[in-house]
Amino acid sequence: MSDPMQEIRASFFVECEELLESLQDGLQAMDDGDEDPETVNIVFRAVHSIKGGAGAFGLDRLVSFAHAFETALDEVRAGRLAANSESMPLFFKGGDILSDLVRACRDGLSVSEDVTSPVLAELDALVDGAGGGSEEVDAADFQPLTLDLSLDGDDGPSLPDIGLPDLDAGAPDGARTMRIVFRPHLGLYESGNDPVPILRSLSGLGTLEAECTWESLPTLAEYEGTVAFLTWSLSLTTEADEAEIREVFEFVDGRCDLEISEIEWKQSQTGPSGNALPVAPLPEPDLPLPPAPTPTEPSQNRIESATPPPQPETNPGGKGMPAPAPSATVRVDLERIDRLVNLVGELVINQAMLSQSVAQAGLPSNSPVHTGLDEFMQLTRNIQESVMMIRAQPVKSLFQRMSRIVREGSAAVGKDVRLVTEGEATEIDKTVIERLADPLTHMVRNAVDHGLESNDDREEAGKPREGRISLTAAHRSGRVVIDVSDDGGGINRPKVLAKAIERGLVPAEAELSDSEIDNLLFMPGFSTADAVSNLSGRGVGMDVVKSAITALGGRIATQSTPGEGTTFSISLPLTLAVLDGMVVHCAGETLVVPLSAIAETLTLTETDIRALGPQTNVVQVRDTFVPLYDLATELGYCEPRESYVGAIVMLIALEDGTRTALAVDAIDDQRQVVIKGLEDSYGHIPGVAAATILGDGQIALILDPADLIQNASGCSRRVAQLQAVG
Amino acid sequence: MSLQVLAVDDSRTMRDMLRLTLSDAGIEPHLAEDGMHGLEVLDGMAPDAIITDINMPRMDGFGFIEAVRAQEKYAGVPILVLTTESGEELKTRARKSGATGWIVKPFDPQKLVNALHKVVA
Repeated sequence: MSDPMQEIRASFFVECEELLESLQDGLQAMDDGDEDPETVNIVFRAVHSIKGGAGAFGLDRLVSFAHAFETALDEVRAGRLAANSESMPLFFKGGDILSDLVRACRDGLSVSEDVTSPVLAELDALVDGAGGGSEEVDAADFQPLTLDLSLDGDDGPSLPDIGLPDLDAGAPDGARTMRIVFRPHLGLYESGNDPVPILRSLSGLGTLEAECTWESLPTLAEYEGTVAFLTWSLSLTTEADEAEIREVFEFVDGRCDLEISEIEWKQSQTGPSGNALPVAPLPEPDLPLPPAPTPTEPSQNRIESATPPPQPETNPGGKGMPAPAPSATVRVDLERIDRLVNLVGELVINQAMLSQSVAQAGLPSNSPVHTGLDEFMQLTRNIQESVMMIRAQPVKSLFQRMSRIVREGSAAVGKDVRLVTEGEATEIDKTVIERLADPLTHMVRNAVDHGLESNDDREEAGKPREGRISLTAAHRSGRVVIDVSDDGGGINRPKVLAKAIERGLVPAEAELSDSEIDNLLFMPGFSTADAVSNLSGRGVGMDVVKSAITALGGRIATQSTPGEGTTFSISLPLTLAVLDGMVVHCAGETLVVPLSAIAETLTLTETDIRALGPQTNVVQVRDTFVPLYDLATELGYCEPRESYVGAIVMLIALEDGTRTALAVDAIDDQRQVVIKGLEDSYGHIPGVAAATILGDGQIALILDPADLIQNASGCSRRVAQLQAVG
Repeated sequence: MSLQVLAVDDSRTMRDMLRLTLSDAGIEPHLAEDGMHGLEVLDGMAPDAIITDINMPRMDGFGFIEAVRAQEKYAGVPILVLTTESGEELKTRARKSGATGWIVKPFDPQKLVNALHKVVA
């Protein structure tokens, strides 16, 4: 059995992520001028809940940071501190550090004090400035706890042993006898307090003798069951000190008169008034208090009635109603979902095999088997899509991370930047989200650093000083498109071209179209930043971004207007588990090409082909020329052919908008294939994305055409391409 | 018959811990996510005690305690406030609302059970 505390701990970190998300939302709303007190409350509660849970797990640094943060937020809640341009950046920073601390705690890492201390100091200063909350962290309140929640107690449903001394042993060494007079105020019961459990707790500290005084008990006619009329005179022989005894009365402090004094040796005590009766020592804490002996019938009635008001409707079945959970979600292990995804993959393969067998059986197309199979295929596809939706997550968490990047980035380069997000609810596969974080971070940094002009330049250009970066996500024709836009100066194309020529990436005399120049940004090693800034340009270029996106089966496109800004569009498949592919044959091998990469297919005629040199051909497609490659040659299956007349080519659309022709022997058909990763076993193979199992049980490689084209031909391809374009 | 305790806290982690602590002590836990939900769960049960957080959405702990106390049948049910805030101001407010006592988070399971012991007859 897994450790329940470990499970709760894991669940705590999941909850923290949700809390951090609402914290970010709340802070953003506050920053946008939302003055609704509930917004501040949400922010406060998020930090507060993180602190509460962290305390339970002894995560001290997280607790003390959350405490300082919460104290500052409490000042805002109390109206002593304004959410303004001075405090908000600090709150955002606080949120960032809080999330760092949460993740560090989760992953067993630590966050340097150099990072937390300055923010802690600023938060404290803010609180001091507001004139409130000078309260120190009360160490006692946040002491890490040793949680012993072992389940080995088989004592049945009773309150656990609270450490009763052995009554037969008499007064232990160091024991003293304390005299306690406990005079509940009349309203004691209204608070839900009751002398019985208090006396029982006291008896847990030692040997207790109690006397009950009922002098203020009214006659039965005037008696009210909800009023506390009895007074208790107690003598407790205990090792506990006065503070421990007072702790027993903690909840009734202010609701009773309490006198505690030490007496020399236990002796018969009389109550404060004459009509006191001795009450037997309380032998066991779990036993109900024995009713006080009473001299007269009426007083017996009175005393019995003096217990707290009876609990209404005792539970008939002993079981309460199960608590209904208002939230309609379940948490499921990712592992289980992955297993389901794999099974669905097998189902897709199985369905393909079945289709193939049916086709080979030569049944008439209107046979019930065909109709049934069609329905089966439709259902398989529906199941597959539904299962993929389980893995889907909104991009919100990703976008929220970017807001931090923008905050930190804009501070680093001294620009005022506002991040606007749209379509945060758009869902995409969890793995895609995780693997998108790095490239997106880089793009957002680039937008802050290079995309936007400085505040002064913007003003000069008649723009608002504050730059704007927007992140939008949307579903478009079966893919998710994420746009990263800025309203900066646009790509400085002459500068880009000059840099590319200087680096030898393009010939000096090359004349490139705007989009071709924009695409130079994605070339390895390209950077326009004159000086490597702190923010971006640390050697990771847009080429890395592009390959990361491509590895996800995505594409990236650029649109830029001088003076108005730049938009990078990332288009991604919804899932990484299944893909629509074209099954092709070349040199006796069966391969799968992602359908999304194929723009069109042609059969070449003699007039389509132009030779540029030995083994360098281009294909004329309407009024343009595209480079021609032989798939079999690029994969090393065979030598180039003598002639490509009659060959079948696929036009592969590349992210830069250009196209390349890949020659194959035959195109089989188009089908859905299950992606089986190869990287775990073989590492990255240039040009190969993954493998799949076809309907006939054959294993086929799934190609990554863009990678294949880039790797197979390197610079020569670019030259060929430029020549083709020129 | 085991004791029944209604525990109200908006934090899932705290609810998990309360559930574990209470059931380990042989107490039957009933859980709710906020004051409003707490009142729903309460309807139809007779808890021996109630534990509630203060800072919660929809209906906070103070509102919840007042709403519980306003129902005659729950007038005497012990209610413990469970909170990280241990300030006197809060205790006073909780008392004014009708709370019986308080437990400071993070709670030691044993202390929580002892606190229940102090208030459950």
